[in-house]
Amino acid sequence: MPTVVQDDTKIWQRRDRKRQLTVWAGWFFGTFIFVYCFKLISDKTTWFFVTDAGRQAADLGSRMMPPEWGYMNDLWRPLWDTINIATLGTLIAIVIAVPVAFLAARNTTPSIAFVRPIALLIIVSSRSINSLIWALLLVAIVGPGVFAGIIAIGLRSIGFVAKLLYEAIEEIDEKQVEAITATGASGPQRLSFGIVPQILPAFAGITVFRWDINIRESTVLGLVGAGGIGLELNAKIMELGWSSVSVILLAILATVVVSEWVSAKVRHAII
Amino acid sequence: MTDASAPLGRRTWKRPPLIANPMLRWALVVGAAAYLAVALGTTEVNWGRVWEGLPRGKKFLLAFAPPDFASRWDAILDGILESLWMTAVSTVIGILLSVPIALGAARNIAPLPVYYFCRAIIAGSRSFQEVILAIFFVKLFGFGPFAGVVTLSVATIGFFAKLLAEDIEDMDPTQAEAVRATGGGWFQWLNYAIQPQVLPRFIGLSLYRLDINFRESAIVGIVGGGGIGATLNTAFDRYEFDSAAAILIIIIAIVMCVEYTSGYVRKWVQ
Repeated sequence: MPTVVQDDTKIWQRRDRKRQLTVWAGWFFGTFIFVYCFKLISDKTTWFFVTDAGRQAADLGSRMMPPEWGYMNDLWRPLWDTINIATLGTLIAIVIAVPVAFLAARNTTPSIAFVRPIALLIIVSSRSINSLIWALLLVAIVGPGVFAGIIAIGLRSIGFVAKLLYEAIEEIDEKQVEAITATGASGPQRLSFGIVPQILPAFAGITVFRWDINIRESTVLGLVGAGGIGLELNAKIMELGWSSVSVILLAILATVVVSEWVSAKVRHAII
Repeated sequence: MTDASAPLGRRTWKRPPLIANPMLRWALVVGAAAYLAVALGTTEVNWGRVWEGLPRGKKFLLAFAPPDFASRWDAILDGILESLWMTAVSTVIGILLSVPIALGAARNIAPLPVYYFCRAIIAGSRSFQEVILAIFFVKLFGFGPFAGVVTLSVATIGFFAKLLAEDIEDMDPTQAEAVRATGGGWFQWLNYAIQPQVLPRFIGLSLYRLDINFRESAIVGIVGGGGIGATLNTAFDRYEFDSAAAILIIIIAIVMCVEYTSGYVRKWVQ
């Protein structure tokens, strides 16, 4: 226990001298980085606009209230599209992510030296790039619309599903697989009776979790033209129809809350 | 599972289904099939346009070999650096804001009214996507990285305060009691009883959020919030796929670096 002796009495200290210095240096360095970065950002900021923000917010608030409820009738179709983008995108992701996960898991990959790194690269690339960026790219390639959104959500979700799934595969109980092998089972049989039953609950949980996230993400894909309710949001912001914007935001909020509730229920039922 | 009604000696094993209730199982299967049919039926896809775009997709893939770092290098460097500053600043501000809210949102240490108030803040910050927040903050604070920093800081609260509060709720109450029994004041109690218990998770979450904030900083730029997103958006709009490929490669590389480092630091902390 670190203590310091003062007037012949030992006083308890939380850290000894060396540790204290390390912690202090850490704080100093961290604060320096923060202040330096903040200065760089501050140089690029027009502070007049920032100090003016309160008035702007009040103005915006008064334009958004009251919401134009009648507009809700035009929103059912975009909402349906949004849900389809999330669901179909998740399905596409699953179809691709499952084989990738098996190729990436140490205990099922055919080759740790060659195949596994490729599978991991697929996972990292898909995870590092936000679905909105995928959507930007796909809108440029296949044109605006729901299709670009579905593919964007699919591409983004591959990494997420595959990563969590391959971690689940690596954590399985090998004894069960060994037992199946001992009965003389072939490779596919080992997979189907030894591994799949062990990861099925995790798989279902991951899928529903990702679906929930995808609902959230698909609400904004329209901002870059990839279909769904974001398209309406973008249009209304462009034409400054703020009372309609507040209806759209409430619709998005309701969808997100419901999807979160569904996903929590389903995951609860599985686990 | 054995089928007991079959004559002895010819019993066969069947795999137990994931959902035990057959009614529910079939209802789910039929429901899923019906949904798929309707969803696919109502999704309008302009296949002509998709077909037309395929050569462009091929062009994009070819752009990765080799990507063009040089011709837009100044814009790319500017954007990436701005993204990194935004990441650092917004993570720090976000965490500073999150800590008091997390303390308020932990049921075992906060009184009920404070608890509900803090939980409401967390729920509010979690329900909207970063991009939607960014649109509004760009409107309020003007174009540039400041709006992006505010967006990411606010988004950090929903993530960080929620997970930290959950960790505080899971802490060992006997340690807190022991410190309290020595007559420590409230701040001493926080500092010596609670902080050491949640510190490893705190550091882990900070690094994780740093990673997320960098990824998100790439998209707030699309709506004017500063960072690499604006550069990327321009590159796609001009069909400059080789520059876009370069930007994507840089983003992936930085994310991998951050992820690797944070994994290392987390192992070292625990």
